[in-house]
Order: sequence, then structure tokens, then C-alpha cells
Amino acid sequence: MSVTAPLIPAEMTPPPRRRRRTSGRAGIGWLYALPTALFVLFLFILPLLLVFKMSASDWPLLGGDQGWNFPENYASAISNRFFLDSVLFTLKYTVLATILLIGLGLGLALLVQESSRWKGFLRASFLIPSALGLASASLLFYVLYSPIAGPFAELTQAWGFTFLGTPDAALWSTLFLIVWRYAGFYMLLMLVGLQGIPDEVYEAARIDGSSRWQTFRHVTIPLLKPTLALTTVLCVTGSLLAFEQFYILTKGGPDNSTITVVQLIYSVAFQGQNDLGVAGALSVIVLAALVVINIVQIRGFSRKVED
Amino acid sequence: MTNTLARPPRTETSSIASVAPRPHRRRYSVAGIALQMPFWVFTGAIAIIFLYPLVWTAVSSVAPLAGTNQTDGWGLGNYITLANYQDGIGQYILNSVFVSLLTVVLTLVISLLGGYAFARFEFRGKNTLFLATIAILMVPYATLLIPLYVLLNMVGLSNSLVGVALVLTMFQLPFSTFMMRISFESIPRELDEAAMVDGCTSWTVLWRVLVPAVKPGLITVGLFAFLAAWNDFMAPLILINDSARMTLPLAISNLRGQVQGVVDYGATEAGVVVLALPCILLFLILQRHYVRGFMSGAFKG
Repeated sequence: MSVTAPLIPAEMTPPPRRRRRTSGRAGIGWLYALPTALFVLFLFILPLLLVFKMSASDWPLLGGDQGWNFPENYASAISNRFFLDSVLFTLKYTVLATILLIGLGLGLALLVQESSRWKGFLRASFLIPSALGLASASLLFYVLYSPIAGPFAELTQAWGFTFLGTPDAALWSTLFLIVWRYAGFYMLLMLVGLQGIPDEVYEAARIDGSSRWQTFRHVTIPLLKPTLALTTVLCVTGSLLAFEQFYILTKGGPDNSTITVVQLIYSVAFQGQNDLGVAGALSVIVLAALVVINIVQIRGFSRKVED
Repeated sequence: MTNTLARPPRTETSSIASVAPRPHRRRYSVAGIALQMPFWVFTGAIAIIFLYPLVWTAVSSVAPLAGTNQTDGWGLGNYITLANYQDGIGQYILNSVFVSLLTVVLTLVISLLGGYAFARFEFRGKNTLFLATIAILMVPYATLLIPLYVLLNMVGLSNSLVGVALVLTMFQLPFSTFMMRISFESIPRELDEAAMVDGCTSWTVLWRVLVPAVKPGLITVGLFAFLAAWNDFMAPLILINDSARMTLPLAISNLRGQVQGVVDYGATEAGVVVLALPCILLFLILQRHYVRGFMSGAFKG
């Protein structure tokens, strides 16, 4: 059959077609997946391999690959004078942002979860900021926090404080921006999780005479665990990689107190030092740390779900 | 047996967990309204906190302020500053529109075909490819952008808006591929099998039968791709050097402090309005599709 098939147009030979269809479908499937495969290969896998090579090479921004430079890149990455500070600051920021966003996201979701016209309006108003880009939101708050043009300009002058003037103020001002921008997003994820809890469970809790707080503590929270796990992983990952908000709003200041790890990578690569090798080493360190942190989180949550 | 009666009305769903006091079910009783008052005041105040920065920026972008192009009286002076900034805001809007549309088209085509392949076909390496696509989420933006900068330089796409769109499309793939896969999987297989019996090929089945059925998924994917591309800051920051090819967020960010470190706050406000307006309009028009992106469980993966 395989000898005669090529001689006859495919659409005229029904019997062999059946055989070809089962073997051919895999080929067709690959064809449909090909664009995805090409993008993943050339824009994801290849750069990923390259960053490992760069991290082990002497690679100035303009000079290109200058040969092997293995442990030195990592050594100078770690001994960068901002390395430890940026790691500590990023961790501090991540913990605070995650606690605020998960807590407020859940709180807002509980406020608006029933459907009524007023709650629909509330949901929309909490969500609108998340349509803005992080860069746009940062620019917006850059003006809002300004001691010259902001709406609180006179107040800040009268009371003698600034939004971005001290390290702590800059951190909390940025956190407020992040909460403003992302609280609606996390509220939406929480709402999806809350909807997945069947009414019958609440019914049973009510029949058992459980109070509102008891129901929340012993019914809602345990059943929401998968959602809480997902949102925490998302939030921790996003916060560890924070860049725009600090790049635009605080520019790492005051006194280099708000430099995040990604900002450090950017400045090593493109601002001043222009060393892609060291930046690559930093990127690999961040990648490894992120993988470890996420595995720990997922393990921790799946253990708790089993309990 | 009394299944319909046992089912509580929709407004009652899981109200136990709600913080909102709701002792009476009759919503329009005087006592009910009185008890609801603190709730309305409290939630209304939160809504104002979320809306105030947007409204304030929009209003003050046309309000007078010293040190801007709009020093006395209300008017569009700040927008005129913006229009004349370097290559003109028109150029930057054009760049952003180009990058966004190219990203949306590429994302739609790739995730439509990819989602179809993952949902309807068995082929070697299918699971590996799918996991590799989702794994893009796990890798930091900066970790990929630095080697991508080098790679795009090698293939002559340095300083190119096409290069930015390709990179942004790649970053959209985890969400959009997942979204399209579950959109296809939610359509019964009998539908395309029936069309196959009628003589359609997998290609015509896709276009005539399945694309209309997965249209909501496509709208969601397109909306997320547009919002991501229009707003992206870091990819153009690293990949674009030429000021004439900057995208809008980058241009507005650079506009601050052009004149001897003095920031033109008015022009920045106007820029934020130009940046935010399309996003807010799209969000309001396509709100349902935006929310569907979450409801689909695309974030639960």
C-alpha cells in the first residue's frame, strides 16, 4: 500500500487514509505546536542557556564574549557593594508586600463577594488600577508624592515630612503604590477561590451553630488554601523581582536604601559598570534563589493542605 | 427532594464569611438600611482611595501649576508640551501601538494554534513542550532580558520594535497557551468529529467550527496581551537605545527631569493620562473578559 499511495492523490484513496490519519495526526499536531515550540526554543531556552554561559564569561556590554571567567564573575557579583543591601531590602519588601496584598486582597474579596449593584461598583473601582501598567502607576504616584506638585504638597511642608525623603518613608510610599495597583488583582483571585467553596459547607457550619469568625477560621481559610498558596507564590515571585516601582519612584534612593536585586542587575549591566558577565552571574543567582524559594513554598503549602 | 427550595438565593451565597452585617434578608426595611450605613460609608471610603489618584491626575493635568506649560487658567498646555517633546508624542504613541498590535496578533496566532495542538492532538514531546511554555513564568524577567539583548543584537534586531514585540509575545505565552488550551478543551470533541465526518480537515475545522467557539478565550488573551505590551517598561528599556524608537512608558518616564533636573510635573501628568486612558477604557468595555481570565483557572495552574 505504501508503494501505491504516492501514485494516487490522497483524497481518492479512502482505505490508506485511515492509516495515515492516525500516524499523520501526530505530525499535524506538531505543525500546530510549531510556532509555540519555535518561540520557546529561540526566545526562552536559548537565552536561558546563554545567560549561564555569560555568567561564566568575561562579557563587557560592548565588547562581547572575551572568554572564560568562571568563578570571578560570581565572586564580584557577591562582593558588589550593593549586593547584600539589595538582597536584604528585596526580602524585606517582599515580606511586607506579600502580607499586605494577601491580607487586603482577602479582606476586599470578603467585602464584595455577594452580588449587588453597589458591590459590583466597588469591585470595578478596586480593579481599575490594575488595568494601568506598573510604570504608569509609578509615574502617577511620582507626581502624587511630589513635594511641589502633589495634592499633599502643602501638608508635607507644614508638617515637615516627605513621602520619599527617608528610607522608611520611601519603602512605605512604594508599598502603598503597590497595594493600590495590585489589591484588586489579588481580590479577584480570592473571589475565584471563594466561589469554589460550595454553599453546602457553609450551610452545614451554620446548622452546627458556628459563629461567623469560627466559620471563617475553620471553613473558609482551610478550603481557600489552594488559592492562598497560589496567590502567595505569585506575590512573592513578583515582589522579589520588583523593578519599575523603585526605578521610577525612588530611583534606588534615598542614599541607595531602596535598591532591589533586579535594579542591581540592571545597573551592573547597563549603567556604568556595563558588565554583562557579572549581571549574568547575578541573574543566575536570582533564578536559583527563586526556584528554591518557590519549591519551599509549594512544599510547605502542600504539606499544610494534607493536614 | 426540595432541591430548588434548598438552594439559597444568589445574594445569600456564603454570606457567613462576609464581614458585611446582614441580619435581615429584607433589604429595603428601614432597619436594614440603617444597619447597612456603616458598611456603605466604609466601603465607599475605600473606593475613593482607589479612584482618587486617577481622578486627581486627570483633573490636574489640565489645571494650572507653576513650572509647567499651564501656569494660569485651565487648558491643554501640558498636552502641548507632551506633543512637542523630542520626537513628538505622536511618534511614541505610534511606536507603542505598533509594538502592542504586533504582540497581540502574534500572541493570538501562536496561542490559538498551540492551544489547538495541546487540546486536540497527541504528539511526542507534547507534555515537555507544554511544561517548557509554562516554565517561562518561573524565570525572572531580567534573567532573560540580558541574554535576549545579546541574541537580538546577533540577529540584527537590536534597537528594534519588532524585537521588543517578539520578546513580549514570548512572555505572554504561558498565560495565553494555557488559556487557549482550556478553551479548546471545554468544547465537546463531538463538534469537530462531526465536522471531520463531513469532510473538513483539521485546518478547516479550526477556522470554521472552533474559532467561533473559542472567541471569548481569544478576546481575553488579546486583552491581556495588549495591556501587557502597551504598559511594558523593562523590555523596551533594555532593548531600545534610540530615542525615536522608545515606547510611550519609556518616553514619559524619560521626560521627567529633561531640563536641568527640573521635573515638568504637568507634562508627566498628561503623559500618565495618555498612557492610562486606553487601558481604562478597554478594561471598562471588556471587564467581563478580563475577569474571565481569572475565572478560567488560568492562574490556578
